[in-house]
Amino acid sequence: MLEPTSWAGLAPAVAEIYLAIAACVILMVDVFAGRRWPRLTPSLTLLALALGVALLVLFGQVSGRVVLFDGLYVEDPLGYVLKLAGFLFLAFALLYSRAYMQLRSIQRGEYDVLALTALLGIFVLVSANSLLTVYIGVELLALSVYAIIAFDRDNAVAAEAAMKYFVLSAIASGALLYGMSLIYGLTGTLRLDELVARLSDPLTPGVILGLAFVVVAVCFKFGAVPFHMWLPDVYQGAPTSMTLFLSSVPQIAYFSLALRLLTYGLDGAVREWTVMLTPIAVLTLIVGNVVAIVQSNLKRMLAYSTIGNVGFILLGFVTGTRAGYSAALYYTLVYVVMVLGSFGVILLASRKGFEAEELDDYRGLYARDPLLALAMMALMFSTAGVPPFVGFWAKLRIIQELWATSHLALVIIAASVSVIGAFYYLRVVKLLYFDAPPAELPTAAQPSAVRLALAVNALAVIVLGVLPGPLLDLCARLLR
Amino acid sequence: MQGLPLVSILIWLPILTGILVLALGERGIALGRWVSLVASVLTLLFCVPLLKAFDVSTAAFQFVERVPWIAAFHADYYIGLDGISLPLIVLTAFMTIPVVIAGWRVIHTRPAQYYAAFLIMEGLMIGVFASLDSLLFYFFWEAMLIPMFLIIGIWGGPRRVYATIKFFLYTFLGSVFMLVALIYLYVKAGNYEIASFQALPLTLEEQRWIFLAFLLAFAVKVPMWPVHTWLPDAHVEAPTGGSVILAAIMLKMGGYGLLRFSLPITPDASRELYLLIVALSLIAVVYIGFVAMVQSDMKKLIAYSSISHMGFVTLGAFVVYAIVMNTGGVQGAAMGMEGAMTQMLSHGLVSGALFLCVGVLYDRVHSREISAYGGVVNTMPKFATLMVIFALANAGLPITSGFVGEFMVILASFRASFWFALFAAVTLILGAAYTLWLVKRVVFGPVANRNVERLEDLDGREFLILGVLAAAVFLFGIWPHPIVNLMGATMQHLVSQAVATKVPL
Repeated sequence: MLEPTSWAGLAPAVAEIYLAIAACVILMVDVFAGRRWPRLTPSLTLLALALGVALLVLFGQVSGRVVLFDGLYVEDPLGYVLKLAGFLFLAFALLYSRAYMQLRSIQRGEYDVLALTALLGIFVLVSANSLLTVYIGVELLALSVYAIIAFDRDNAVAAEAAMKYFVLSAIASGALLYGMSLIYGLTGTLRLDELVARLSDPLTPGVILGLAFVVVAVCFKFGAVPFHMWLPDVYQGAPTSMTLFLSSVPQIAYFSLALRLLTYGLDGAVREWTVMLTPIAVLTLIVGNVVAIVQSNLKRMLAYSTIGNVGFILLGFVTGTRAGYSAALYYTLVYVVMVLGSFGVILLASRKGFEAEELDDYRGLYARDPLLALAMMALMFSTAGVPPFVGFWAKLRIIQELWATSHLALVIIAASVSVIGAFYYLRVVKLLYFDAPPAELPTAAQPSAVRLALAVNALAVIVLGVLPGPLLDLCARLLR
Repeated sequence: MQGLPLVSILIWLPILTGILVLALGERGIALGRWVSLVASVLTLLFCVPLLKAFDVSTAAFQFVERVPWIAAFHADYYIGLDGISLPLIVLTAFMTIPVVIAGWRVIHTRPAQYYAAFLIMEGLMIGVFASLDSLLFYFFWEAMLIPMFLIIGIWGGPRRVYATIKFFLYTFLGSVFMLVALIYLYVKAGNYEIASFQALPLTLEEQRWIFLAFLLAFAVKVPMWPVHTWLPDAHVEAPTGGSVILAAIMLKMGGYGLLRFSLPITPDASRELYLLIVALSLIAVVYIGFVAMVQSDMKKLIAYSSISHMGFVTLGAFVVYAIVMNTGGVQGAAMGMEGAMTQMLSHGLVSGALFLCVGVLYDRVHSREISAYGGVVNTMPKFATLMVIFALANAGLPITSGFVGEFMVILASFRASFWFALFAAVTLILGAAYTLWLVKRVVFGPVANRNVERLEDLDGREFLILGVLAAAVFLFGIWPHPIVNLMGATMQHLVSQAVATKVPL
């Protein structure tokens, strides 16, 4: 065990420490200066994220596993990369949502602060080495998200979505806590790295029961079927900028939750939890992709598409191998890039008094805004898994690992649902390009910086698709 | 020309030009058109040094380029040519030019996107034929669907959305299972190289499944009966250029896949299941031939005739097993495969030309119905001459290219079985029947109506493309030796691969 003897010893935790301070400072700045200079807080937040990246790169690099704080906290190259990605993804999310929130007069400093605390929760989860830390991370993230969903307090639909999420999430937290307490009681340790050694076949029924509760909680967070009921309502009900946040950055946390808890802590029970996850993954794939077909609301369609994609991520875990987890990691990162772009397009297509969330709002978008249409097309084809876009490699990786572990049935199911899924992504492209634009065109110029960000995002989908090597290698290395 | 990465140029020159045209935008289309034309002509010119330097005496891959691409999968950017891929690449480069010219004054909506889509597709299609790594192959194979999806969907006819989504999903469904098979092979072989798949020993059980997965992908593309139903829809709705590329090049990818993947990777399963392919091919030849006869839409008729002609390709490729079984030797087997290849090339020229002819009429009258025409020869003599030439080539008349391939395949079929040959030869009657009847109703007879009366004959642009195609059809029909020679060594090698066994003892 390594105890921090000096400030330098704390360096691996620089991201969390910095983020906690930054959130407090920005909150204070907003309280005292937010009224007078409403643009200050958002800009400061972006600056803070950039600074966070700099600090992380300068001080936070670790070459191996470093355990801190009496075993509560672990930092490894995987955590380092995930935190970098977290900073980056959040910056994009905030950038996209700025104009949208200003137009709807819900641009308040608290949103930025809540996003930062949510990110802190994600980081804590990413670096959790103890059941306690896991729980703290989950709750910090969840509490921030409740508030974020309900942020537009005059919006009844959003409030309902927040309430729904709150109640269901509380139940899931309860399940998580209950499962953890069972496991703790039967093994006598909270530390994930010690837990590994104490779980071995045959598992006692108590541990399996605890495991079942943990799996349920993980699946709830992911939005896996049959614990997905909250997801479409929340995605549709929340203001689009909040949906963007919700659908993107926390995916890192949910991935880490599954990774740290199931594959590190409960690795001894890998046979049991893969058996539990398999039917869930299959159901998730099928329900997500099939139900998405009948949606007429783009946000709701993307919600079901998220569920379908979560199915693929879970399939990566179902393999029960390190290579499979790395495929899931790759899928998660790629998916976040794509979903950021997709919701970014919705935000940029919307105007004051026009939400652009119905599919029909996208008819003939090419005529109104060629760049937006082109970006959306790339993103849709990518999410459908068509080369040369990056989504193809994500699906390929998962199917590869399923084959490598001889999951024939799962391979066929995964391949079939990709075809079903292609249909509703194609339908969006059809609306964008094949349909004539409606007579009246709501137009308003968006700030060019945001459009540039979106262009970069769409370009990333292509570049990562044509040259997928580096990111694939990175993911493989992180989980060797 | 030595030292230049010629094959890469063939792939990337059109793609990059396509992106450039897209960047020039609709406002820069006057320049964009010329840029497209120059790029497509240049692409064809870059084929010349390849043809010159190609060594016909070896089946090995030539002009090989290999750069590491995805280290994690041991997949390389690995391209090269042999006697199967080179002719198809030349055909691709050749057929893109008429498409570019044909759209010159006809496409008014979003012309920049139109040209960009065709150029990008040209590069992707050449990439499909040139890839020696199956992952790279699949990458191009799938990417190609996107421009075609857009071409049919944006510039197509009234039911274009239905047609293009059907086209996309059909082919996507087929290819996804090919991908599953490729990944299975990767897990066994450790890399995605096609050559290492061909060398990989596989049990009969494995081969059977892989064969069927491949077949699903390639049969949809060819298309073989009964998975052909997307093609008439796609053809009817696609704009002229889309139909040309679809018929001339895209269908060939199915045949190419059978020759490159199915036969060498799963030879034992091919031997076991060859009768299935032969049966499906003969059904396509005969049954679809009858279906073509009753069509009232010109494009649909040509589309069905394409399916029927492609039946010869699959028949020629698989008849080798019947020959081996019947005669005990592989003598004459290569002729079936060469016939299949020749048929693909000829069909590329002829069907492309026929779709261009329909396009010429459609641009003037805006109808594809046969009944809307009649007596076109009276007002468009030049056009009528050329259309009759292509129709005769489609019917397989000697001295046209259509005869060579069909004759070779029928000859090879005779070695296999009298009955195969008999059914295959029915096409000579059926093909003549539906094509000549089409010509009779459209071209000959008295002037049918006012529209036909007002028709103007071909302008210089149209005459140029159809004339060059007609010249190619004759040249190929009279003197097919260079092309058959080009693929000879590769085909001999392919036959030896196809009849070898890969089942581990």
